[in-house]
Amino acid sequence: MSVVSEKQRIIIAGLIIGAIASFLVLAGNPQNMGFCIACFIRDSVGGLGLHRAAPVQYIRPEIIGLVLGAFLLSWFRGERSAKGGSAPATRFTLGFFTMIGCLIFLGCPFRMILRLAGGDWNAIMGLLGFTGGIAVGTVFLKRGYSLGRTYIVSKMDSYIMPVAQVILLGLVVAAPAFIFFTEKGPGAIHAPLWISLAAGLVVGGLAQYSRLCMVGGIRDIILFKETKLILGFIAILVAAFLVNISVGNFHPGFVKQPIAHTDGLWNFLGMALAGLCCTLMGGCPLRQLILSGEGNSDSMITVVGLAAGAAFAHNFGLAASGTGVPVAGQIAVGVGFVIALVIAVKNMRK
Amino acid sequence: MIDVRGLSCPEPVIMVQKAMASGDSQYTVQSDSKTAVENITRFVVAQGYTIVSKEENSEYILTITK
Repeated sequence: MSVVSEKQRIIIAGLIIGAIASFLVLAGNPQNMGFCIACFIRDSVGGLGLHRAAPVQYIRPEIIGLVLGAFLLSWFRGERSAKGGSAPATRFTLGFFTMIGCLIFLGCPFRMILRLAGGDWNAIMGLLGFTGGIAVGTVFLKRGYSLGRTYIVSKMDSYIMPVAQVILLGLVVAAPAFIFFTEKGPGAIHAPLWISLAAGLVVGGLAQYSRLCMVGGIRDIILFKETKLILGFIAILVAAFLVNISVGNFHPGFVKQPIAHTDGLWNFLGMALAGLCCTLMGGCPLRQLILSGEGNSDSMITVVGLAAGAAFAHNFGLAASGTGVPVAGQIAVGVGFVIALVIAVKNMRK
Repeated sequence: MIDVRGLSCPEPVIMVQKAMASGDSQYTVQSDSKTAVENITRFVVAQGYTIVSKEENSEYILTITK
């Protein structure tokens, strides 16, 4: 395995993923939201009725596909392993506040790139905040921050997340009465189920294959001047931009951007919180989904934390909307920073 | 022996980076993650070291030499 082939691998994966994300918009997903891990987990949580925000309730097949794509490819490559036990409650908490930060910005790091590729310049403040949050996280990493080791756990543990996705797929296909489907709002704007599922499977496989991680790209440059992961980040941006511009989906500016607000301070702070929490938990929301497919039960708990954060954000009016960020959401971000910093300080080891 | 088994990204590379501050000509690393092996390999090669990886029972022993 040469370094060059590794870099080529992630660039190719990033280009394909960026193109798929833009094509998902053409297939029916919301603008600049071919993929959004935070939004799609939030929609899925709503689809299960765990929050009652009617505009955002749909079990997104992309999330199901991401986990199952990573599950299948890691199995095929002999990379599945049942591991866990590294500070699960702390990881749940970090996942929770990652989601709060993302729903203040209105998107995960993946959607941040897609927003930039669609000309939504509000995401520039998000990117600056994300970078700042990661930079703060690396200070703790350099000083010995660690959530401790994972250990081998029961094999059955490693199958819980993939099996849960199969059950979710059954629910969204069968559409029983107790599952919620948005009639009007972002949750009703989606590509056909099987296209979304196929896109998720392919992107999940590519992300498993290339180790793509949105937080890792910036983190590794700060820590080691290592460029591999950032190349995936850039490749997604370039491919999505090229597809957007060729199909007329590039609309540069700050105002009237789809599912976005123009409050620069809170775009910055939301993604700063997400960047800090992601650095402390060892990877972005996409990477957590991929690792959960590979069998890592700590990442499964982190994904459950993300889901709980989404449910709280919409049950308690914390999430931003196109009109701005509610005061309760601003307070939640402040609480998130305090808790993340306490976690960081208390987990520094000699 | 630098034991990076079970540690999250990017702790394995940070541990190797810190160990290298000693200026020794050889280090041995024990890992249980292919991702960590890839990350450590990229890092030490960029620092001008050579690395040999041996896999046994899903664990890896890496020998890093100047």
